[in-house]
Amino acid sequence: MAKGRIEVSEDYCKSCGLCVAACPVKVLRISDRINMKGHRPVEQYKEGCIGCGMCAISCPDAAIEVYRISEE
Amino acid sequence: MSETKIYSRPESWMKEVHTHYCPGCGHGIAHRLICELIDEFGIQDKTISMAPVGCAAMMYDYIDIDYVEAPHGRAPAVATGIKRVYPEKIVFTYQGDGDLASIGMAEIIHAANRGENITVIFINNAIYGMTGGQMAPTTLIGQKATTCPLGRDPQLAGYPIRMCELLASLETPSYIERVSVARPKYTIKAKEALKKGFRYQMDKKGFSFIEVLSSCPTNWGLTPIKSFEWQLENMVPYYPLGIFKDFE
Repeated sequence: MAKGRIEVSEDYCKSCGLCVAACPVKVLRISDRINMKGHRPVEQYKEGCIGCGMCAISCPDAAIEVYRISEE
Repeated sequence: MSETKIYSRPESWMKEVHTHYCPGCGHGIAHRLICELIDEFGIQDKTISMAPVGCAAMMYDYIDIDYVEAPHGRAPAVATGIKRVYPEKIVFTYQGDGDLASIGMAEIIHAANRGENITVIFINNAIYGMTGGQMAPTTLIGQKATTCPLGRDPQLAGYPIRMCELLASLETPSYIERVSVARPKYTIKAKEALKKGFRYQMDKKGFSFIEVLSSCPTNWGLTPIKSFEWQLENMVPYYPLGIFKDFE
């Protein structure tokens, strides 16, 4: 299966959780940190991201960047 | 090992800007789709949008294109003037349901009936968001709002207006579709619909209208995830998704 990773621009995140619900492999969660706006940004807490980009498609604040890792 | 970036913040989204929208608001998703399309078409320097009155009134702070702030509901009339003066520009309006279906009903129907070569993006969240959750023309039967605390009663307020069906009864509009942003699969379809709307305008095919079913977690009193579930359970049966008119 394809591998990927995400980068969250934490200050843009509003902790709505739409990406957590959209992730098909459930590797996202709301973190315990607090960003400059007072929200708890989302984070990838375990391995297994497949780089599908569903989290980015559901993000209302364009806070997520998605990378796909190829083995070659 | 090599890495490819498959998704990043759109170029036409203003840099270093935090939107004022509530967490989980569908406006942000719709804005992002428009930004992605402006980047894909490469039309950032020749796009003019009419900002509405409503939650999206400050959208000129978020998408880096030119704007005219239209009075409440009058965006299609302003867009008509701009498109007729600058036919080579891409002109779109972005309106909520209180703006388009209530006070702006006359403007949208006549702009559609004249077949103006503009794209109208209609965000339907079944409530007045910015002013504090009053009943909108699109509020569902039984749905609670601050001006109908016991739920909308059709004896007093009539039935919710289906704008797509209403405009599809006219002869001239070339493209009318209703989409949703409740799940990634619907969001992908919504992007395709918006893309078609912009492409028809570039090809001078006439009036295109895309209704986007959105959410209002704050005024519906639900969490962002629950509000999109509520939308799929309650709004989609009354406002069916799909293409209502396509000249092709």
